[in-house]
Amino acid sequence: MTTQTTAAQTAGTPAADTPKGLIGIPETIGRALATAGGALAVVSTFLAWTWTSEFPGDLTVYGYPGGLQVLVLIGGALTALFGLASYGVKGLRWLVPAGADSALKLAALGTFVTAWYTIIAISTTLGGLVNLEPGGWIAAVTTLAALVGALALPFERPVLDAADPDDSGWEAFRHNARNQGAVLKAAIASGTASPARKLPSYAEILIIVAALAVGLIVFTYGIGTEYDELFVGFLITAGFGFAAVAKAGLVGRLSAITAKHRTVTMVGAFVAAAAFPFTQSDDRYATIGVYILIFATVALGLNIVVGLAGLLDLGYVAFLGVGAYTAAMVSGSPTSPFDIHLPFWLSALIGAAVAMVFGVVIGAPTLRLRGDYLAIVTLGFGEIFRIAVLNMDGTSGPDITNGSNGISSVPNLNILGFDFGQQHDILGVSIGRFSNYFLLMLLITLVVVVVFRRSSDSRIGRAWIAIREDETAALAMGINGFRVKLIAFALGATLAGLAGTVQAHVTYTVTPEQYQFAHVVPPNSAFLLAAVVLGGMGTISGPLVGAALLYLIPAKLQFLGDYQLFAFGLALVLLMRFRPEGLIPNRRRQLEFHEEAEAPTVLSKAGA
Amino acid sequence: MTTDTTTKSAASGATPGETVLDARGVTMRFGGLTAVSDVDLTVNSGEIVGLIGPNGAGKTTFFNCLTGLYIPTEGEVRYKNQVLPPKSFKVTAAGIARTFQNIRLFANMTVLENVLVGRHTRTREGLWSALLRGPGFHKAEAASRARAMELLEFVGLAAKADHLARNLPYGEQRKLEIARALASEPGLLLLDEPTAGMNPQETRAAEELIFAIRDRGIAVLVIEHDMRFIMNLCDRVAVLVQGKKLIEGDAATVQRDERVIAAYLGEPLANDPGAEEAAEVEAAEAAAEATTDAAPGKENDR
Ligand SMILES: Nc1ncnc2c1ncn2[C@@H]1O[C@H](COP(=O)(O)OP(=O)(O)OP(=O)(O)O)[C@@H](O)[C@H]1O
Ligand SMILES: [Mg+2]
Repeated sequence: MTTQTTAAQTAGTPAADTPKGLIGIPETIGRALATAGGALAVVSTFLAWTWTSEFPGDLTVYGYPGGLQVLVLIGGALTALFGLASYGVKGLRWLVPAGADSALKLAALGTFVTAWYTIIAISTTLGGLVNLEPGGWIAAVTTLAALVGALALPFERPVLDAADPDDSGWEAFRHNARNQGAVLKAAIASGTASPARKLPSYAEILIIVAALAVGLIVFTYGIGTEYDELFVGFLITAGFGFAAVAKAGLVGRLSAITAKHRTVTMVGAFVAAAAFPFTQSDDRYATIGVYILIFATVALGLNIVVGLAGLLDLGYVAFLGVGAYTAAMVSGSPTSPFDIHLPFWLSALIGAAVAMVFGVVIGAPTLRLRGDYLAIVTLGFGEIFRIAVLNMDGTSGPDITNGSNGISSVPNLNILGFDFGQQHDILGVSIGRFSNYFLLMLLITLVVVVVFRRSSDSRIGRAWIAIREDETAALAMGINGFRVKLIAFALGATLAGLAGTVQAHVTYTVTPEQYQFAHVVPPNSAFLLAAVVLGGMGTISGPLVGAALLYLIPAKLQFLGDYQLFAFGLALVLLMRFRPEGLIPNRRRQLEFHEEAEAPTVLSKAGA
Repeated sequence: MTTDTTTKSAASGATPGETVLDARGVTMRFGGLTAVSDVDLTVNSGEIVGLIGPNGAGKTTFFNCLTGLYIPTEGEVRYKNQVLPPKSFKVTAAGIARTFQNIRLFANMTVLENVLVGRHTRTREGLWSALLRGPGFHKAEAASRARAMELLEFVGLAAKADHLARNLPYGEQRKLEIARALASEPGLLLLDEPTAGMNPQETRAAEELIFAIRDRGIAVLVIEHDMRFIMNLCDRVAVLVQGKKLIEGDAATVQRDERVIAAYLGEPLANDPGAEEAAEVEAAEAAAEATTDAAPGKENDR
């Protein structure tokens, strides 16, 4: 990469004039193969893949896809649709505003991985390939054919750096790896979306509703997966499916529409979330739902502190604990030192207020510090809270919190005669205890979302972002940095405390070990921060998605077992390497991390 | 911008001749180094005052002492007869706004948002009003936006209101910094090398802009290395050399003064200004400049 490079070594792209695919099959054949492969994969899911129903999901039935077959069916259908759209079939063009080829590749890849994962899982579970029925073989062959065909589609090859002849072996290896990475990236690069046709408002709102419905179905499906294999398959299909749809340009178009109708989107999203308990026949998955909501709500509160104001708080879960303990103590638990039973609205207010006081008390001395000091002090505070609560058991300290036994038997809520502990029949659907709490928690989430949205788009929110961007300049613009940071910190604490007041009732018992820095069960400070970073700092939907994933993955993948924290760490490292802006990037952040990317000069209001 | 910008008439609005800034005996020491030593300087309303001096003379440090970023080791700074509090946000609230030698915009905010941040001290809406969104909030927000747009119009950036600050070309970033500073409705504007890196046309436009600012009744204190610019612009010029004020007077007097020429041409003074040190500062600045392209406003040099 110095002047040494001679013409002979300019990377191996002599005939770069005609674009080629990754595999040397003519384009027409490749496209046909991919489309037909997708369609045939769909057909294969209607056949039996194995002879015994010992493999979970019962893949033995003809004419009725089950379990993992459904996922392959969806993947195959997506592949076939994108394949047809790539032919320019009328009526399908709306599917691919940014070009079909990249989407086709990803869809084919996702289908292939899901199908082959299924086949391999069947063989290993049942002991050998003999357990496959013809349907399984057909699925394997057709998905492979679709993948091969899709990879043969041509793409614009990037201009590669020529190798330096002086490179040592390792340098040459790195160089090649980098070039291959660039080629792969180009292979799935999507074009710029064609301008959207103007739609009437009602049509746009219908699109939002449809998208939310799809989101609800996907989420409900994921939460309801009953065995490890199905959940892995779900993650694969959902991941590749989303990537394919994004490459096709649909996600971009959708977010443009939602940005235009933000309130409709928000209301719609909450209606969809509220519909979740009504899709469930029992309370089993509502449990997961309510824990995800608690986790997500607290993560969103943390996002104000970390994402907007840029204050790294490593002890945030302590504020959840403060709220939960406060609510538990004033709600008539027999083990509470106070013999009072306040109504929920009052205990919620008190819990939030006490958490706010703690926030101010912790924040006031530390927020004068810049950067890393704050992280260390908050980390310390989080642990101090837990240890103090552990020791206030009457032997090592005053008898307030019952030490490691915690405050137990927190009674169920009863708001205006509605007993949260009982099952109720609403609209003909029975709504159990956890569903009740799910709906209540959803209200709290709504409060936090509104607080986040309104505060970020205001004088104070701009001050937070300014401080995050450049504290010195922000001060010189007349912003009282300490005060503004303290407001962010205290607001975050208050919201976490509010969530804690509900958590106390949901979990019956509050104990110190629920509020550790790192622990296998979310929410804890490390996972909260991870949810924010994984999802996307400074956004509303980011922490919600991040929290859902971070809760579901360990809860669903039993086999991870002891390796859970390890896998979690590895995933975070990989994510930070390849997508530091998070799954749902804030427009600002995206620009910050990818300098070289085609930066849109105009930041629309869709940012958050 | 007005047409008769070259006439150095007294400003409209403020009483001419009233002292806006009064710095007395300002001294700033960093350990053993005295960066600013016993500097007196006044700026009257309606005036444009220049501050010149060789690299490393202490001009930026003096600015930092005025704006509360540094607390001067000795001396006192008064703004309209009030002693300034030693906190930069309070100084801004009192009425002194500034720009930075190494542009410090909020790079990932839009042009409009940058100016809105500048409005911070002149608006009162706190968290509650942001959450409750009463009619007062909407009114204040709309007023802020209108004012910000007006300022962008004034500096000629209205068309780029929705662009990210980081994507503006250099000259426009300097203009945006000025607009952002003006948003705090200052009585005194401190400009630290506003034309650094500009071509002659842009420099000329900046000159017009500064006259227009003065005509709005805002006194201006400007640091600049471009002599022609300073000579065209300033009513009075003060020269800093090695932290000390060498001379102060109208542009022509200063330009003719032998000591000034000596200081600039590097003739050894009582104790040598230290070519080494100057070179060092310049190298550091060049490095800072280089990073400026990637992420303006992220340097530590303030
Ligand atoms: N925070 C600091 N700590 C120590 N020394 C400093 C600090 N800030 C400035 N100095 C020193 O003070 C002296 C004056 O620096 P200053 O930046 O004020 O010069 P300047 O006149 O603005 O120069 P230039 O024209 O190059 O901008 C320099 O020698 C510099 O190294
Ligand atoms: Mg300077």
